Amino acid sequence: MSEYQVEVRIMPRQGLLDPQGKAVENALRSLEFQGASGVRVGRLVRLRIAADSVDAARARADEMCRKLLANPVTEDYEVEVRG
Amino acid sequence: MRIAIVTFPGSNCDYDCYRAVKDVLGAEATYVWHRDTDLGGADAVILPGGFSYGDYLRAGAIARSSPIMGAVQRFAAEGGPVLGICNGFQVLCEAGLLPGALIRNRTLKFRSMPVYLRVENASTPYTTRYSQGQLLRIPIAHGEGSYIADDATLDRLEAERRVVFRYVDADGAATDAANPNGSARNIAGIVNDGGNVLGMMPHPERAVEALLGSTDGLPLFESLIDHLAGATR
Repeated sequence: MSEYQVEVRIMPRQGLLDPQGKAVENALRSLEFQGASGVRVGRLVRLRIAADSVDAARARADEMCRKLLANPVTEDYEVEVRG
Repeated sequence: MRIAIVTFPGSNCDYDCYRAVKDVLGAEATYVWHRDTDLGGADAVILPGGFSYGDYLRAGAIARSSPIMGAVQRFAAEGGPVLGICNGFQVLCEAGLLPGALIRNRTLKFRSMPVYLRVENASTPYTTRYSQGQLLRIPIAHGEGSYIADDATLDRLEAERRVVFRYVDADGAATDAANPNGSARNIAGIVNDGGNVLGMMPHPERAVEALLGSTDGLPLFESLIDHLAGATR
C-alpha cells in the first residue's frame, strides 16, 4: 500500500448562479482590472490517501466527493492523484 | 409525548425551540447531543437553526455525518416527524432527507428580517392548524437560504404539493421582490415524499409569543402536537 497525494477541485456547477464569483468580478472591475470576466470561486481540498494503486486512490477520493466533499446538486469536482 | 431537539456544536436556536415546545406549548422537550446515537424514544425531532460546525465545507455538510444523524435517518424512514429549521433545513438537504440544496443568498448578504409566507399545503403534519393560502409573518435569519433544485425536482415538488411555504409579499403574491434570497419559485419550505420531514428557512420558533412580534409560528408546533396525539391515540 502506498500513499498518494490527492487534490480535489470543487466548483459551483456550470450554469448555476455563483454570487461569490460575481462579487469578486465586480470587485476586480472596481479596482480597474479591465477585461476580467467569468470569475467563479471554488474550493481546493488536498489530502493523502493510502491505497494499493492510483486507480484505487482515485476511486476512494471519488467516493469522498460524492459523500461529503462536494454537493452533487450544486457543485462539480475534479480529482487529481499523484503517485 | 416528547420532542427531541438536536444540538450540534454551533446550533444557536435550540433553546428557542425548547422554549416554544416546553414553555409555550407545554409539551415535553429534551435536548439530544450530536454525539448521541439514539433519540431517547422521542416522538418527533427538531433540527434547530444555527451554524453547526461553523458551516465548514458547506452549511450542514459536517452535521449531516455526525453520530446522531444515523438515528434521525432511521426515525425519518419509519415515518417519524422531523422538522428542520434554517440550518436544520440545510442539514436535511445535505443528508438527502430532502431534495435540493441551499446556496448563498443572491444578494450575498445575511438577511435577518420578518417575511411573509403563504401556506401552500395546509394538510401536512405541520400545517393543519393553518388554512390553505393563509399569510404568515415569520422571521428569517440566514446567509445561505437560496433553495435550488433541478427543474424536474421542482416540478415534482409542485405536483405532489410538497412546497409547504412560499415567500410572498403583503398581498400574498409570490413576486421576485418578495423573494429574500433568490430561492427557486420562492420556495421557503418543503416536505419529503412521506410528508413527515419538513425543512424550512424561516423561524417559526421565533414567532410563538406576542412579545416576539408575531405568533404566526405557533400553529405549526400545535399542528405537530395534534399529529402526534392522533398518532398515539
